[in-house]
Amino acid sequence: MKRQQRESRVHERYLRHSKKFPNVWCAGCGIGIVLGAIIRAVDGLQLDKSDVALLSGIGCTGRMPVYVDFNTMHTTHGRALAFATGLKMVRPEMKVIVVMGDGDALAIGGNHFIHAARRNIGLTAIVVNNFTYGMTGGQYSPTTPIGAQAATAPYGHIEQPFPIAELSVAAGAAFVARSTVYHVQELEKTIAQAITKDGFAVVEAVSYCHTTIGRINRWGTASDMMRSLKEQSITLKRAEGMSEEEKRGKIVRGVFVDRDIPEYTRLYARIIEQAQREAA
Amino acid sequence: MTARLMQGDEACAEGAIAAGCRFFAGYPITPATEIAEALARRLPQVGGKFIQMEDEIGSIAAVIGAAVGGAKAMTATSGPGFSLMQENIGYAAMAEIPCVVVDVQRLGPSTGRPTSPSQGDVMQARWGTHGDHPIIALSPSSVRETFDLTVQAFNFAERYRTPVIVLMDGVIGHMRERVELPDPTTVERVERPGTTVPPEWYKPFENFSGDVPPLVPFGEGYRYHITGLYHDERGYPTSRLDEIQPWLERIFRKIESSLSDVLLYDHDGVADAETLVIAYGATARAARSAVDMARERGRKVGFLKLKTIWPFAEEVVEHAAARLHRVVVPELNRGQLALEVERVVGRHKVRRINRADGEMIQPAEILATIEEWAR
Repeated sequence: MKRQQRESRVHERYLRHSKKFPNVWCAGCGIGIVLGAIIRAVDGLQLDKSDVALLSGIGCTGRMPVYVDFNTMHTTHGRALAFATGLKMVRPEMKVIVVMGDGDALAIGGNHFIHAARRNIGLTAIVVNNFTYGMTGGQYSPTTPIGAQAATAPYGHIEQPFPIAELSVAAGAAFVARSTVYHVQELEKTIAQAITKDGFAVVEAVSYCHTTIGRINRWGTASDMMRSLKEQSITLKRAEGMSEEEKRGKIVRGVFVDRDIPEYTRLYARIIEQAQREAA
Repeated sequence: MTARLMQGDEACAEGAIAAGCRFFAGYPITPATEIAEALARRLPQVGGKFIQMEDEIGSIAAVIGAAVGGAKAMTATSGPGFSLMQENIGYAAMAEIPCVVVDVQRLGPSTGRPTSPSQGDVMQARWGTHGDHPIIALSPSSVRETFDLTVQAFNFAERYRTPVIVLMDGVIGHMRERVELPDPTTVERVERPGTTVPPEWYKPFENFSGDVPPLVPFGEGYRYHITGLYHDERGYPTSRLDEIQPWLERIFRKIESSLSDVLLYDHDGVADAETLVIAYGATARAARSAVDMARERGRKVGFLKLKTIWPFAEEVVEHAAARLHRVVVPELNRGQLALEVERVVGRHKVRRINRADGEMIQPAEILATIEEWAR
């Protein structure tokens, strides 16, 4: 009960009263759960709303920022991290959070994603992975599993999926974690850790889309798919003792990496000092 | 500042610094790379930021992000990169984000001839992004003018909350001239006005009589929404015609009602001319020589050099050409701005001189056209 009371207050304080509701998401969608987790994470960290920017690209996840009372920006498809890079460089003190879908972050935006990670610029990148392009109707994305059907894979999907968390680790991100929209409290905690991290921090929030690719593949209702997130997921710790065969089809949750690498805007501040010293 | 031998690209970078540019994002490309190189060195000296992005799409995106953060921001590229930037230039027009995009034109299409000059991106500067939108594009014809027009580009961007294109070309960018640049402290700078209303009243896209609502940077307590969707005065997506229409009218009106400020051009000898030469950018240099030579031979030739390419100076051209019958338009393309001239003065009055093979138009070619036509 106490938690519930806190929740209602939180929403009142963070959702925009001037914005026309309802939201664009289908009933049962996981994106709202990620938004809730972001809001509670920010609230828990007691950040000033004016110091938080929430940017997105295009797609269902792209519609997230408009509802929240932060500095919000709905940018172009795949480019949110690049917009955020410019903002972060001129406002290094701001907490800049970027929300993207899997197609947005890793197909059209894949280049910006790996380079933001390599550069280790202090952005929080939250990828809501629903394994498809939801807004356009269930086409295959860079995370669609092999063999699944999609609106553009009527004979079954033949491409390997990107493992987002593993890709982010390889690309050089300072913090990488994966959770799901079923594990709401874990997701909130993970997002809070990512926001606090001084460096490029990735949170893959595994979700689902029951109205497009889920329907095409008869994966069941929203609650069926939510249940499968619970049943299919294992912790990183548990996965460590398992063979590749045993891990197949599982969603491995946890913090994949949390390492100290110099953050980009801090390094650039030193460049400014050096340039000014040499010019003087 | 004392006289220096300086490249056009370098003058562009110095103009940006003088205008107050404090953020640059770019990607290497001939013949614009020297602008990035100069700013990588110069920006941190003045407390600004430079970043080499992973491509040109990311570069313009970072520029818009930085502008939203409150910095005067610029990118520089050439044709292939300019093509990649188009979607986000449209975003800047839609969201009314001030920024400067320099396109040092090279011969296209495609990879074309990277070190050869061209004026082939005139129409791309106007219509490169999808959908109707207003745009300002300036084109310098000397190293010193590159400095001045880069400053002007920033001032227009801030004054009208719009992306501004600086259309240079390979000749102007790579050419070295002796220039005396003004003391940066004496350069006129337009700063972002800020707002006097409290955050809860602030409407970043307000349709009010001034037509250019102030853009308050992110991080200063004014929390609002920016989107590339059609939006209402607060920035929230809308499909209501009563919200879309006033906005659409306003973003065109804000520039169209300020043509006396936005249209920059030089002219001489127009009043009693029998032939008028209209030129811009590098071609204006050859045109200048040709006009002078023709006058030495007793021809009455007027010269109109357009520095503002977009919006097109319709009334200026119409007025200058009203009482004469011959207008010569030399361009390093197959006829782009000539289309506008023809639209305004009539096709029968216009003779085009075009080259789109990477070589310059010589003064003699322009002179020959003037002479041939005058006979």
